[in-house]
This record gives sequence, C-alpha cells and structure tokens, in this order.
Amino acid sequence: MKHLAVLAALLAPLPALADIDPADWDAVTAQAEGQTVYWNAWGGSTTTNDFIAWVGSRVAEDYGVTLEHVKLTDTADAVTRVLSEKQAGQDDGGAIDMIWINGANFAAMKEADLLFGPYAEQLPNWALVDFENKSVQTDFTVPVDGFESPWAMAQVVFVHDTARMPDRLGSMEALLDWAQANPGRFSYPQPPDFLGSTFLKQVLIDILPDPSVLADPATDENYDAVTEPLWAYLDALTPHLWREGRAYPATGTAMFPLIADGEIDLSISFSPGAASTAIANNELPDTVRTFVLDKGTIGNASFVAIPYNSSAKAGAMVVANFLMSPEAQARAQDPAILGYGTVLAMDKLADDDRALFDALDLGIATLTPAELGTVQAEPHPSWMTRISDDWVARYGVAQ
Amino acid sequence: MHKGLSLRDVTILKGGLPLIRVDHEVAPGEVLTVMGPSGVGKSTLLAFITGTLPAGFTATGAVWLEGHDITHAAAHQRRVGILFQDDLLFPHLSVGANLAFGLPPGGTRADRQARIDAALAEVGLEGFAARDPATLSGGQKARVALMRMLLSDPCALLLDEPFSRLDAALRAQVREMVFDRARSRALPVLMVTHDAEDAQAAGGDIITLGDDCATQTTGARLSHQ
Amino acid sequence: MSRRRLLPLLPALTLLALLGPVAAGLWGTVLPAFGHLPAAGLTGPSLDPFRDLFGWAGLPRAVMLSVGTGVLATVISLSIVMLVTAGWSGTRAFRALERLLSPLLAVPHAAAAFGLAFLIAPSGWLARLASPGLTGWDQPPDLLIVQDSWGLAMTAGLIVKEVPFLLLITLAALGQADAQRSVRVAQALGYGRVTGWLKTVFPRVYAQIRPPVYVVLAYAMSVVDVAVILGPNTPPSLSVQIVKWMSHPDLSFRLEAAAGALLQLGLVIGALAVWRLGEMTVAALGRRWISSGARGKADPAVAGVALLAGSVSALAVFLGLVVMAIWSFAGFWGFPDALPDEMTLRNWARFGPGTLKALGETALIAVTVALVALVLTIGCLEAEYRHNIRVSQRAVWLLYLPLLIPQTAFLPGLQTLMLNLGADVGRVPVMLAHLVFVLPYVFLSLADPFRAWDARMGVIAAALRASPDRILWRVRLPMLLRPILTALAVGLAVSVGQYLATLLIGGGRVATLTTEAVALASGADRRAIGVYGLMQTGAALVPFALALLIPALVWRNRKGLRHA
Repeated sequence: MKHLAVLAALLAPLPALADIDPADWDAVTAQAEGQTVYWNAWGGSTTTNDFIAWVGSRVAEDYGVTLEHVKLTDTADAVTRVLSEKQAGQDDGGAIDMIWINGANFAAMKEADLLFGPYAEQLPNWALVDFENKSVQTDFTVPVDGFESPWAMAQVVFVHDTARMPDRLGSMEALLDWAQANPGRFSYPQPPDFLGSTFLKQVLIDILPDPSVLADPATDENYDAVTEPLWAYLDALTPHLWREGRAYPATGTAMFPLIADGEIDLSISFSPGAASTAIANNELPDTVRTFVLDKGTIGNASFVAIPYNSSAKAGAMVVANFLMSPEAQARAQDPAILGYGTVLAMDKLADDDRALFDALDLGIATLTPAELGTVQAEPHPSWMTRISDDWVARYGVAQ
Repeated sequence: MHKGLSLRDVTILKGGLPLIRVDHEVAPGEVLTVMGPSGVGKSTLLAFITGTLPAGFTATGAVWLEGHDITHAAAHQRRVGILFQDDLLFPHLSVGANLAFGLPPGGTRADRQARIDAALAEVGLEGFAARDPATLSGGQKARVALMRMLLSDPCALLLDEPFSRLDAALRAQVREMVFDRARSRALPVLMVTHDAEDAQAAGGDIITLGDDCATQTTGARLSHQ
Repeated sequence: MSRRRLLPLLPALTLLALLGPVAAGLWGTVLPAFGHLPAAGLTGPSLDPFRDLFGWAGLPRAVMLSVGTGVLATVISLSIVMLVTAGWSGTRAFRALERLLSPLLAVPHAAAAFGLAFLIAPSGWLARLASPGLTGWDQPPDLLIVQDSWGLAMTAGLIVKEVPFLLLITLAALGQADAQRSVRVAQALGYGRVTGWLKTVFPRVYAQIRPPVYVVLAYAMSVVDVAVILGPNTPPSLSVQIVKWMSHPDLSFRLEAAAGALLQLGLVIGALAVWRLGEMTVAALGRRWISSGARGKADPAVAGVALLAGSVSALAVFLGLVVMAIWSFAGFWGFPDALPDEMTLRNWARFGPGTLKALGETALIAVTVALVALVLTIGCLEAEYRHNIRVSQRAVWLLYLPLLIPQTAFLPGLQTLMLNLGADVGRVPVMLAHLVFVLPYVFLSLADPFRAWDARMGVIAAALRASPDRILWRVRLPMLLRPILTALAVGLAVSVGQYLATLLIGGGRVATLTTEAVALASGADRRAIGVYGLMQTGAALVPFALALLIPALVWRNRKGLRHA
C-alpha cells in the first residue's frame, strides 16, 4: 500500500513543484514570510472561525504569514473556483491557497490534478502524526499520497438532551423505534450536506450484517441490493422526523439551536467535543450529553490541501505544518475552543507537549477516547455520492 | 455702430412654426415694454436673448449688444442681466454672498466687501450682509436681487414680469428704483409684462404681441428704424 | 476645457456601466447553456444541458416556487400599498405609517429575513412571548413555518421589504397625480375614500409606478438570499438551485446551471408578459366598475384591513431587528423564555472584530460604488440640462433593464466570462457588478429633484456671468445637497445589501457584512447572526441618518433649504 502511494506520488504531475520543494523546510519558511494565504474553509461554525483567526495570529507572529479566512457555505464552492481557474488557463496566482477538505471534494480535486503536492509527509510535524493508528493516509478509502495534510479527527456522536431524553440508544434500529415512539423529536442535516450524508452512511453501516462491501466502489450490480435496507429504514423513519421530513436543518451546527429550543431531543454531530463547546458558548443547555452506537460510529480526518495554482504555496505549507503542531492540536482539542480530536500520537510527543493534552478538561458532554469505542471506516466515496444523490431524488424534491 | 440692445428681425419658432417676430432697438437708458397675453412667447423672447432657449424652440435673427453680435455667445458671456417675478436669491448663500456671487472676480477682500456694503446701503439695507435671504421681506428680497444683478456689471437689463408678485404699495416703489438705477447706469431695458401700469411707468416704447404673429408698436415715441 | 469634452461622454459611459455587464453576463450564460464550455473540454452546441435540467425531478416544484412566491409577493405588497394609500393618504395615520416604513427601505433583505425567521419560527419570539401562558406550549410545536414547502415564509419576507419600497415610489408618483383634489371631487360625488381613489387616482399612479412594480416582480422571482434564509429546501426555488449547481464540484453542472439561468430569464419574461395581460384585464374590468357607479360600501373595512396589513408588515421588520439585537446579547436562552437567562457582551466580543473587518470591506466597496454612480448620474443629468435633451419614457426603461433581468441569469455567466478574460477576481470587479444595481437607484433617486430644480436659478446665475461649471458647483449642487446625499445613501444601502454579486464575482474572497451574514445562515448560530445582522442594518441605515443630519447642520441658518 505504501509503495503504491509512493508510485502514485511519482506519477503525479510535477510542474507545480518546480517553484518550491516541501522537503527544504528552510527555503519554505523563507519564502513564506510576507505571503498572504487565503484559506477557504467552511464558515458556518463560529467556533471554527475563531480558531482559524487564532491560527492566523500565530503564523503571523512566528512566520510572518498573513492568513485570510475565506468563509464558505459549501466546500464545493472552492473546488469549483479552482476548476474554473484551470479552465481559464489561470495556472498561477489563483484565488485560493488552501482548502479545508476531505472526502468527495478531495477525490474530485486529486483526480482532476488540481492539487499541489505531494507535500504533507515532508512537513516537519508529520513526524508527530499518528499515521499508524489514525486513518490519515486514506481519505474515504482514497489514498492521500501527500496531497493533503491532516489537522483534526472527527467521529460521529449522537447528541441528546438528557432533560427530555435520558437514555442513550445502542443501534439504528433502536433509534427508529425511539423516533416512532417520539415523533418530531429527531432530525439530521439535509444531504448532500456532509453530516447529513454521513448519517445515511452510518445507518447503512449499522444495519448491514456485513458492511465490508462498502470499502470497494459501488457498482451498478451491487448498489441497489446493498442500499435497499437503507431506503426501507428511511421510509419508516421519515414520517416521524422533525417537521415530518418536509424540512431539514441545513448543517450540523444548525441542529444545536433546535435542541436548545427543545424542538428536537436528539441529533448527531461529527465532532465528539462540539456539544461541550456549545454548552460553554450558551448554545446548548448543560443537560446535553453524547453517545455512540454499540458497534461504534464512523470516523475520519479533516485535511487541508493546496491548489496547484496557489500563489502562496510556501505560506500554505507553513500554515498546514502549524496546524499539526502540538500547540495548535491541543488548542483544537480543548472543548472550550473547538473540541476536535487530535491527529497526533501521544507517544511521539515530547513530555511538555504531551502535558498540554493531559491538562485538557474534555468537558461534561465529551466522551473519553475509550468511551468513543470502535471507529468505523468511511465507505468508498462512490457510495456517499450515489446515496446522497438518491436521497435528494427520493426525499429532497417534491415532498 | 449702435450703443444699446438691438433685436434684428428676431423670430421665435415653436416646433418649426413662427411664434413671434420682433425687430427693435433699445437705446441706453430706455425701456422697451413687450406686452401680450400669457403663453404668447414673451418670456421665450427673453430666453433667446439670455441664451437659454428651452428645448422645442428655435429662433432666427440676431441680437446685438454694445455693437457686438451676441446671438451665439455663451449665456454667461453675454452680459445681459435679468430679473424675474421671483427674487431667485440663492437660498444657500447669505445676502452678502449672493451679492458677491454677482460681483466679477478681482480686487481685495476688503475692497469687495466694501462694494457689497455700499450696494446694500444704496437700497437701504445696511448690515444685511450676513442675513439668510429667506428671512427677508418681499421688498427687501427684490432690492437684493436688483443690486446683485447690477453688481455683475451688465450691459443690458431684461425684466420678466418683475413686479407682479409685489403688493401695490411696494410695487411702485420697487419699479421706481429699478428704472432709476437702469437709467443712471444708461442700461437698455427690455421689460415683459401684462400689466398696463408697469408699461405706463416705464415710459418707453411698447410692443404688443398678438396671436397673429404681428408686432404692433405704440407709445410715446416710435423707435428710430 | 477637458471637462467640457468629458461631459458628453458620461451618458455613454453610464449606459456602458449599466448594460455592459448584463449583456456580457447573458452571453456568458447562453454559451454553456447550449453545452459550450471549451475551458472544460466541452464544445457545443448541444441541448444536453436543457435535457438534464428538465430531467431534474425537483424542477416543477422549483419553478412553481419561483413563480408563485414572486407573483404572490408582488400582488400582496402592491395591494397593501395601493389600498393603504387609497384609504389613508393625507391622514395622520398615513404619515405615521410612512415615517415607520421609510427607514425600513434601507434594511438589507437578508437582515429583514433573519429577523422575520427569528420572529415567526415555532421557537421564535412570538411563540416565546405567548408561551406557555396563551398557548400552553412548553416546547415549540412541530410546525413547518420557516422554510415551508409552499414558500409562504419566503413570500412574507419579500412582502415586508417590498411594501416600504413600493410605498415610497407611490408617494413620489402621488405628487404628480394631483391626487388630493381628485379624491375630494370623487368624495363630493358620494364615493367612498378607497373607491374614489381607486377609480380616479390609481390609473394615473399605476402608470407612473409600473417600472418599479415590474422590478419587484423580477426581483421576487429570482431572489437568492431571502430564499436561502426563509425558503424551502426540498427542493429550493430555481434561483437557489442555480447557485447550488454553479458551485457543484462536477463541472458539467455548470451547464445545467446556465440552462436553468436561461429558464429563469424566460420565466421572468413570461411572468412580466402575463402581468401585462393582467394589467389590461384589470383595466377593462376597472372601466366597467367605474361606469357602474358603485360608491364603495365596504371602503372602511377595506381601508382598515389594509392599514392593519401595512402596520403588521412594518412591525414585523422592527420586531425582527429587536429580536436580533436581543440574540446578539443573549446568554443561554431556552424555550419558552421570553428573554434570555442573562444578557452578555460575550457574543459581541467574539464576533465584533470579525464584523469590523467585514464592515471595512463593505464600506470601501459601497462608498466607491455609490460615489461613482453619483458622478455618472450628475454627469448625465447635467449633460441633459446643458444640451437641452428631453428624456423619453423609453430611455427610462433602459435604466430599469438591469433590474428586470434576473441576477441569477447573468451573474454566473459574468463570472465565467471574467475568468476567461483573465480578469482577476476581487474588489474591483465586485464594484463594477455592484454598480449595475446601484446606478439605477441612485439615478432614479436624484433625477426628479435634479430636474425639478428651478432652471431660472441657472438663467440668473448665467446672467450674473457665472460659467456653466460655476453654476453647477456653486449653485445647483449646494442647493441640491439633501437630495444628493439621499441618493448617495440609497446607493450605499443598495451596495451594502448585495449578496449574489459579491459572492459570485468576488470569488469568495470579498467578504462583506452581507456575504458573511448569509454564510452564517447554514450554521444557524443566532448570536452570530444577530451581531452580523445588526451591523449590516447599521451600515445601511447610518448613511440615511447622515443624509438627513448633514444638510440640517450645514444649512441650519438657511430657512429656504429646510424643506428642499
């Protein structure tokens, strides 16, 4: 597998590399100084926005890099932007220097040769990353090949308000039973929203007797048969959703106000610490807790990638490297700040760096790594694409 | 070369059709009165002389002033002064600034201020320089408007129903003052009015414009043509 | 001398600024709509994009939403304004409503929509105020109010913004219609107030306000920001779907977006044509009604309902702003509490710095664009005055043209075209795109007062030997200070409220208060939305306050200009 990745890296288009060598870190930092990096990242979460602003102040301090957060409503916007620049022949000086990315968007950009790299494994802080145990070298089963660098681990958790819903649920079957008994008290973000699509995959993985078929691309032959139980499940669930499934929250964060208002009792999140963070920000009542399913839940990594036509590749690499630093990772994991999982391996850290993590109070609603249980692998992106397209056709139009 | 204002075969056309025709000379210090029902084109004649003919109107003939053909000169280079029935003092400027607007450029500040003060004094408005024109009475405004016009050193004076907004008592007084000043400065004056008393007081030739495009001249003296 | 040569160029330059981007954008839309996008390796012509478009299962509903919400919002807001004016113009109640509605004109659509959502949602302020006392709810009812499938919330969001717009346009038209005397004559003949007004004044007023009514219809049918905030998502309206397709990572969706954009254009043209037919029908029926001699027995009831509707519409925006303000200071605020557990500055401390940065960008763009629009407008009007040009009704329609073409029909094409030309994204192209929308409003706002200026002032000044330039700078512009500043404030407000032009042409790099606020919609963080929404509203309202204040200060000793 590793050899394949190296081979793929060698076969990847090289012209973008001509201007800067990621392995020559001194040259990178020298060139980065004074550069402005436009980081296109989803802007719907104010805690993330605050964190990115903090990253900006730190890289300005240490490296003289100016970081501008371009707030997206949809990461696909940034992908489109780079695509249209390529069509227009704008092969340098592009509008985007870095994208918060993973999954289908990464697969699309990598396939279309829109990314700079490989660079990720040459960054100094890569040495601290737990690539042995955390899925940071594949992204939704697609090999990363150094074209994006990880900066946060995410895992699906269910968020419930114990004041109204005291008990956790162990499986998707249990969730369906609960929803039928408590109509209108559950919802999930509207696919193709990332978290919404993830909910669909989570259903599929949990109800399939053998989910291993999802690791390979979906085929016309197996798709209908494999997903049939999912549609049956959703047909049963939808009438008991919030608003009877005639409207859905736009994103994961849009569900927190619904819980806070008592519109729903149960929701999902892709960030194990987000509920604690939201409690700290007055966005959720302090009776909210999280749980995972008995068989575990889906987890994946968040990455940053650098477009091939970025005008500040060195600056972007400096930011990417800083994101993997113990300082940034510990701050991201602090539930008062962000509550994201770290990509680093604790045993690779120096003692005082490890102390940063040990000192964290994970918050009342955050599960410990042990409680989070099994991390299930993401299915191949082709499943997500087809399932969310199908969902839109079945539930997203003409209700 | 004639001194004074000379209208040579001036025809105003509206939409290509002749509206009025005037051929007349006004000597310095004399007043020509143009009378006629409203809508006949009296004011349009004045607009032609000031160079501000409205859209839809055209004109033939020539206007001479002080021996120069000003027919095609720019409005602000004709040196033709005009007074309307409304005072039309600039509402954003003080009385003094209104007068300063009329005064041609040049001279020291003190010099200009002295001329403005003198002009105000001449019409009995000492100390009014700093006043807001909107706070003046009708008669006071008319006097300021007159002095503003005279300070700009015109070579002729046009009057467009200038006294019709004033009440009877004030009217005679202001009329007297305007004609006096014009006479003392030897300005040719062309007055448009439909008030017979105004025409009488002017004491000059009177043209009555009719519907049939004809021009009739009556009055104390016929013009020398 | 150079200025004299520049002046005749300004009208041409203005037309170019108005229509150039629209024409270019439509061109950039037509090509991909027929499968031609060489940059993506696609060459046309082909009808596949339209085939894909008509194959989309959501299309019938999306089209129905676009047409339904647009027509309904226009009909209702026009009815409210006409009936309120008919029943109440000249009364104290009318002046109160007018005073209430005027500042609302400046409130950006997005802010008004957020405020409305905060108000009418099942967990909104109205439900909180009435619960549990009146309703017995201790948790919000599971009712689909905001983002309802019929687009009613979205229609309401459009109505509350279009009512002030149409009312102010109507007030301007009333001045020229000699309305008071007509109504008095009708009343003397035994007609009720409303019936008398509708039969005598309405035909004249409507002829005057027809272009802005068409603008409202075209805008309401293709709005994006209000639809994102209040509209349904299963499926969304056509314009929102076009923007979604534009941002799909798979390039072929751009072709579908372009086809959708042309469909949107067709829908607007069709709706305008049907509206025109409707006008004729109403006119025919109206003539029969007029000759029937009916005096209007139901008038008081109709007038009462209209006033109520107008007041509710105004109050909805006001209360929406109030609840946004409360959210911006809110600590934890559970349902059904009428007020938060505690008020805190924490939200402002968190989001304030971000809003200041966006405010800087917003102000830079808005001030530049509004000033350019003002210079072009004054240049055109002054050229018209100096060269004695009479402006025909047809030329007025030219001004309205960019407002009648749906934004979603030409902005995506403009973005593609600009990229093809290698034009860099960023502030300057965004400013040019804003100018398309700002210029007509600045022009329409200034044209009447500029033309109404007593031209004899100019004659007098010229007779006082002042050159045309001196007359313009020393007499005309100072006298018109208030309308000029008002036009500038209108321009600023329009620019501040631009969403799609900033988003698409700015390539995401130009972050204004509006794009930041709408971006927050998907996250539904009401505290952040409160902070951004208030800042956005302030950015649009403060210039209007200044436009009132500055002339009052500068001309405090000039009585003659107090009501100019």
